[in-house]
Amino acid sequence: MGTLTLIVLLPLLGFLANGLLGNALGKRFVSVVGCGLPLASFALAVLALRALEAGGAPIVEVAYTWALIGDTAFEIAFYFDRLAAVMTLVVTGVGSVIHIYSTGYMHDDRSYARFFAYLNLFLFFMLLLVLGRSMLVLFVGWEGVGLASYLLIGFWYEDPANAAAGKKAFITNRVGDAGFLLGMFLLYFAFGTLDMDRIDAAFMSGPVAVSASLAGVLLFIGASGKSAQIPLHVWLPDAMAGPTPVSALIHAATMVTAGVYLVARMSGLYLNAPEASALVAAIGAATAFFAATIAIAQNDIKRVLAYSTVSQLGFMFAALGVGAYGVAIFHVFTHAFFKACLFLGAGSVIHALSGEQDIRRMGGLAKKIPLTFATFLVATAAIAGIPPLAGFFSKDEILWFAFASARGGSPLLWAVLAATALLTAFYMFRLLWLVFLGRSRVTPEVAHHVHESPWSMTGVLVVLAILSAFGGFVAIPHFLEPLLPLPAVAESARPLHKPLIALAIAIAAAGIAAAAYFFGGEAKRAAAVGERFAGVRRVLANKYYVDELYEAAIGRPLLWISEHVFLRLGDRALIDGTLHALAAAARGGAAMFARVQTGSLQLYVFLVLAGAAASLLWIWRHV
Amino acid sequence: MDKVQLLLTLAAALFALGLLGVTVRRNLLVMLMCMELALNGANLALVTFAHQMGEAVGAVLVFLIFVVAAAEIAIAIPIVLLLVRRKRTLDPGAYSDLRG
Repeated sequence: MGTLTLIVLLPLLGFLANGLLGNALGKRFVSVVGCGLPLASFALAVLALRALEAGGAPIVEVAYTWALIGDTAFEIAFYFDRLAAVMTLVVTGVGSVIHIYSTGYMHDDRSYARFFAYLNLFLFFMLLLVLGRSMLVLFVGWEGVGLASYLLIGFWYEDPANAAAGKKAFITNRVGDAGFLLGMFLLYFAFGTLDMDRIDAAFMSGPVAVSASLAGVLLFIGASGKSAQIPLHVWLPDAMAGPTPVSALIHAATMVTAGVYLVARMSGLYLNAPEASALVAAIGAATAFFAATIAIAQNDIKRVLAYSTVSQLGFMFAALGVGAYGVAIFHVFTHAFFKACLFLGAGSVIHALSGEQDIRRMGGLAKKIPLTFATFLVATAAIAGIPPLAGFFSKDEILWFAFASARGGSPLLWAVLAATALLTAFYMFRLLWLVFLGRSRVTPEVAHHVHESPWSMTGVLVVLAILSAFGGFVAIPHFLEPLLPLPAVAESARPLHKPLIALAIAIAAAGIAAAAYFFGGEAKRAAAVGERFAGVRRVLANKYYVDELYEAAIGRPLLWISEHVFLRLGDRALIDGTLHALAAAARGGAAMFARVQTGSLQLYVFLVLAGAAASLLWIWRHV
Repeated sequence: MDKVQLLLTLAAALFALGLLGVTVRRNLLVMLMCMELALNGANLALVTFAHQMGEAVGAVLVFLIFVVAAAEIAIAIPIVLLLVRRKRTLDPGAYSDLRG
């Protein structure tokens, strides 16, 4: 069995072991298996990367031939190039540390084994997704992570709200998957293969028999479902109902970047699809801005982070839209570190406050949980784009290509993203201030129990904070350049590079200053502004009423159609009616024929006799 | 009227009598007896024809039919007995529980 197959299968083994035996063998066994196998996958991924660097050519490994139809073989094949390597390392690396964190966070949960089984299952599907060569394998992983996400969002399923959030995530993703499937059909129809490297090569080598933009838009619909872009972003904030490590692993660091990975993987297609690319950039920038504005008015610590994730994913799609695929993956890479650190830090805060998530009942925690505060500060500064932290490099490159790329970069795109960057710095430092600084608003009975988390949690936070601080020095775009070349830069924009970097830093600083101005001290100014713009605030706090709009535009009509057309007309009138009519006919006929069975023996004899006599008479007459 | 015609008339009369008895009597035992009567009418016709043909096969066949009739009545009488034990009557109308 090859290395790649092993990388994928180890977490599956963990899922089976923990799922089947975990409850019987105890928490120690679950922890060792649950954390050990992802770490082993990570080690194997490092080995595979070394083999890749030594050999140069992408590693292809056929694990199994799934089906053979005519000349086309559908194989479960794994494909390992530099792009897959980056994704695999992020997934297994960040995944492993989050597993370790979970041993502390979930320590007292009674479904400990189930949790680790699900986490391992998720990792298996995610690795299938990033390592699959064919879109078919990718799609299996794609659906699988959706399933694992559903299971983990509804992990505490006793609360109906959590189960509803899980269903919402699943159904919203199905909408996107419909587009993805259609895109796959279209590409298979055109090329007779679903191997993504072959499709890319076909697009790059000349004119093809299919509209690249149509295929690109269809695939992007799938990507926008998974990566929570407008209009399918509604599931991600609700997905915060799951345990916090799940939010960190699935809804920040790995699964939601699957859409970005898909577009980057199909870069050959998108390079030939300027219309689809423009759509990707527009949706990305719009989502980034839209989500950032919502994040300002949220009061749940995890929801703020969730909207910030949606916003950062928008940044990545904006980069993809202007052809800077390597830069988008770079942002995936750095975002995985600082967003995982932020979510896990939030988990540590929630842990310290015995489950409290409302930032209005926090404040002044910096002194009580100093290690969590320090790591949260680093990650917040990283996402805000303070040099030289990781987020600065990736976000700065996105802003630069949004401005200067010859493939659709424009000052307008830059302006939207720069405004988003300002908002990002603002809402993240607002969060930091309201949670860790200022006066304590913690309720007395909770304040009594505030404690720093165990080392398994804080240690992970420190590791992720270090990665958030220095991850930007790994030049991912350069590493990926042979695979995903950076777009050409408009000549006129070139002299503006340095001033734009300075401007980006100034924007981040302005965002922080604004947050300090409004939320420093007693946060009275923020309250005053909130009073003044109560209407705007209500709209933002209610997420622009998108959920209500969907409910009115889709949910209710669907319910009405289900009730009146499908239930009353279809089910009751048509199906039930037909069956009832058939049953009534059978019963009526039976009642009629039952009369013949009088039970009078003599009558039967007489009738037999009469019949025999009539037959004889007929024979005598006719024969 | 020669002997054969006489015997055939007798056979037909026996059969008709038996059939009439089965049809009109409302006593299970009498009905069984009438059935035997009808059977014997048919037997008599068989023997008569066998005699007319001058073959022994028909006459031998009659003995076989006797055996079958005996076996048949040996089953039928216990069935009637069991029925009577259940409902204390010989009227076949009392046993028409499955009528429509």
